[in-house]
Amino acid sequence: MTAYTRRHFLTITAVAGGGLVLTISLPGCRPKSGAAPTAGGPIDPGVFVRINPDNTVVITITKSEMGQGIRTSLAMLVAEDLDADWNQVRVEQASFAPKYGEMGTGGSSSVLSNWKRLREAGAALKGMLVAAAAKDWGVDPKDCRAENSFVIHPASDRRTPYGALAAKAAALSLPNQVTLKPKAEWKLLGKDRSGVDVADITHGTAVYGLDVKIPGMLYAAIERTSVFGGKVKSVDSAKALAVPGVKQVVQIDAMGDGINIHAGVAVVATNTWAALQGRKQLAITWDEGPRAAESSESYRAFMTAAVNRAGEETVNKQGDPDAVLAKATKVIASTFETPFLSHATMEPMNCTASVTGNQVEVWSPTQFPDWGAQSLAKALNTDIKNVQVHVTLMGGGFGRRINPDFTVEAALLSQKIKQPVKVVWTREDDLRHDFYRPCSTHRIEASLGADGRPEAWRHRVSTPSIDVLYGPKPPNGWGPNETDGSANMSYRVPNRSCEYTLLDSGVPRGWWRAVSTTHGMFAVESMIDELAEAAGKDPYEYRLGLIDKVWWQQPPDSKEFPFSPDRLKGVLTLAADKAGWGKPLPAGYGMGISCGFDHLGYAAEVFEVSVINDRLRIHRVVVAADSGPVLNPIGARAQLEGGIIQGLSATIKERITIVGGAVKERNFDGYSVLRINEAPAVIEVYFVETDTHPTGFGEPAVPPVAAGLANAIYRATGKRVRTLPLGLRMA
Amino acid sequence: MKLLVNGTTHEIEAPPEMPLLWAIRDLVGLTGTKFGCGIAMCGACTVHVNGSPVRSCSLPVSAAEGKAITTVEGLAGTGVDHAVQQAWQQLNVPQCGYCQAGQLMSAAALLEKKPNPTDADIDAAMAGNLCRCGTYIRIRHAIKLAAEIKSSGGAR
Repeated sequence: MTAYTRRHFLTITAVAGGGLVLTISLPGCRPKSGAAPTAGGPIDPGVFVRINPDNTVVITITKSEMGQGIRTSLAMLVAEDLDADWNQVRVEQASFAPKYGEMGTGGSSSVLSNWKRLREAGAALKGMLVAAAAKDWGVDPKDCRAENSFVIHPASDRRTPYGALAAKAAALSLPNQVTLKPKAEWKLLGKDRSGVDVADITHGTAVYGLDVKIPGMLYAAIERTSVFGGKVKSVDSAKALAVPGVKQVVQIDAMGDGINIHAGVAVVATNTWAALQGRKQLAITWDEGPRAAESSESYRAFMTAAVNRAGEETVNKQGDPDAVLAKATKVIASTFETPFLSHATMEPMNCTASVTGNQVEVWSPTQFPDWGAQSLAKALNTDIKNVQVHVTLMGGGFGRRINPDFTVEAALLSQKIKQPVKVVWTREDDLRHDFYRPCSTHRIEASLGADGRPEAWRHRVSTPSIDVLYGPKPPNGWGPNETDGSANMSYRVPNRSCEYTLLDSGVPRGWWRAVSTTHGMFAVESMIDELAEAAGKDPYEYRLGLIDKVWWQQPPDSKEFPFSPDRLKGVLTLAADKAGWGKPLPAGYGMGISCGFDHLGYAAEVFEVSVINDRLRIHRVVVAADSGPVLNPIGARAQLEGGIIQGLSATIKERITIVGGAVKERNFDGYSVLRINEAPAVIEVYFVETDTHPTGFGEPAVPPVAAGLANAIYRATGKRVRTLPLGLRMA
Repeated sequence: MKLLVNGTTHEIEAPPEMPLLWAIRDLVGLTGTKFGCGIAMCGACTVHVNGSPVRSCSLPVSAAEGKAITTVEGLAGTGVDHAVQQAWQQLNVPQCGYCQAGQLMSAAALLEKKPNPTDADIDAAMAGNLCRCGTYIRIRHAIKLAAEIKSSGGAR
């Protein structure tokens, strides 16, 4: 594999003391110059790779770590083609800077966007180190090789460590061309590497957002309107101010504009506990606003009616499903319902902010420091040049920390009190002021042809739109993004449609691990099982026979990595094979299967369960996944295991209930998530490593879970589950 | 008030009802112990008080006065990690890692009581510790590995 570096995007500079720095810039984000850091001065934070005289290689990570192991995977990419000694590789987290380009972490896209450029950077740097050594030795660089942070000239048995070559290499020009190592020569990629933060985590020294401490920092807790859209009418803060340690009580105004901060009252104190105690003493009169009558029940009534008539938007239509269904002798119709879900990251939202005049500095556990910085500039009315966003480790993200609300809110408070402050969200705050996975109702009506294959498929979806909160209505409507997993289902049906009806709701919505496919695929993969049953076919064979390069227009397929039916069939076959699909099972046991593609990844899953005396037990889960070459197998397996467990948790237990325009659940007592005694005993992970560009494993395993489990329960009990969560007790 | 944390006495000023968690984090300044729920439902704040696992978010600091408190920072021996830390590292257990201090403290306490825990023992001891990333399968394996490390004399 040969890649040509775009030379003007790479710059190389010497560092005081003999090191070397390689900077990669993105198109349109080139640094003004390849300015070398001044002697003894700070190193330009724009670096991606730094080689120190002591031989350590420091790699700047521009994506946020939330447990997906990206700090490890991205460092591996550089180190592989640099031929660096992994034991001497260190990582540094980038703070927000425009030169990094898109820093947002989400959509299982970090490896996708860094795969080529980080390896090219490593290879270019290696080329220069080899050239420097060869020049020193008076030999041809072609006769040298690099290994474990050494350049070696085998003929003369000479070897020099990278650290000793860095200064000389920095004086050379970048190579015009680099050759990336073929897979067969990989030393790091494709092999298990423990996470770079694991040791710190086990010692309790890893620093998350909540652990940040800066000089002069106060602590704050904020009582936000529980009714979405509510406002503070008046507040009596006398009692709160009387609590020892409480310094100030400050009102926070609601803010829309895609930032979406709730109205509330902040209590600022010398420690967290004092802030929490003071907050309890606040006497606030609320104006509940226009959303106070909304509830899960009112949403359900709307969505049920909506899916029983033509949708407001036709997302996709091919053939004439309406006419075929009207004439069909038998229509199979099912309705599927899913609730709002909370991300419930183990680390509640928090942010530490210091605002002085027009200078804004925050330490935030954020997935999107760039959106955060833009929002801070807008909300605090300052130039983005005055905004610093430092990214901490995150105690889970799952999409919640994409939103800039908690970051901006802390900065607004710091601006008001003119002091550095850490805003601590309680679990209740976090659970009741999330950006929720939307609730949804799906109705699918289908008819079968004489061969048992589906002839018509009409899928009606009603759900609140996520996008409504963040921008104007796109020309193609709200439907395409909300019907990912529904409108683009990959089974061959000659007459098919997907229709969408917007539910207006005051409940904030956001991106929950895998987003719309989490409910769309539940409906599709349950329905296809029902059709197989109606056709008297095996659900695995039925799927395999229908997966095809089918037509759909929206949501648009990826141009670079279009849907591949072969890859979906590949994971389906592997999962069924490894699970022993079709093997005899004891009474009360059942196996369910499902598959799908999400965020450019393919996954198929088989669940082996028992339901005995109404108690569910998950004995074994088999997952086969294809996101291309696997860079760090131990990490990739973790993502699939975690995705399945989070999917199971949502399917079995999780529900956000809206009553009176507010979230009813308060903490983990009401919002129950899966515990170790309820988790499957075994999750077996298998990979199909299609030789293509690698994509991510964070999301693709999540969406097939709900239907796969529901299908297994059907096989065990004869009862179809179409409303989530299942609410079954676990054995 | 004097607080004995990881063998060091800290002089702090705290109201007696302040949860031990916030005293450790905000006043002593050790942040390895995490806040997750505040109602003893998630286990992220688990520490040892006189050797027993305790949810520090729900224990008033006054109740821990004069007792030996161990946090995750004090789990390792001198120069050698505790068996659970070694096992967690070997099996790459953590994902985000936020809950893992609590998981480690609960697991270490379990192994003190049951050197060779069964799956049922693990369920009983660990069901109070939530992990949102879904590391449960690895936690179970790591506890068994830690039991082996301990019994082979590889660590306490």
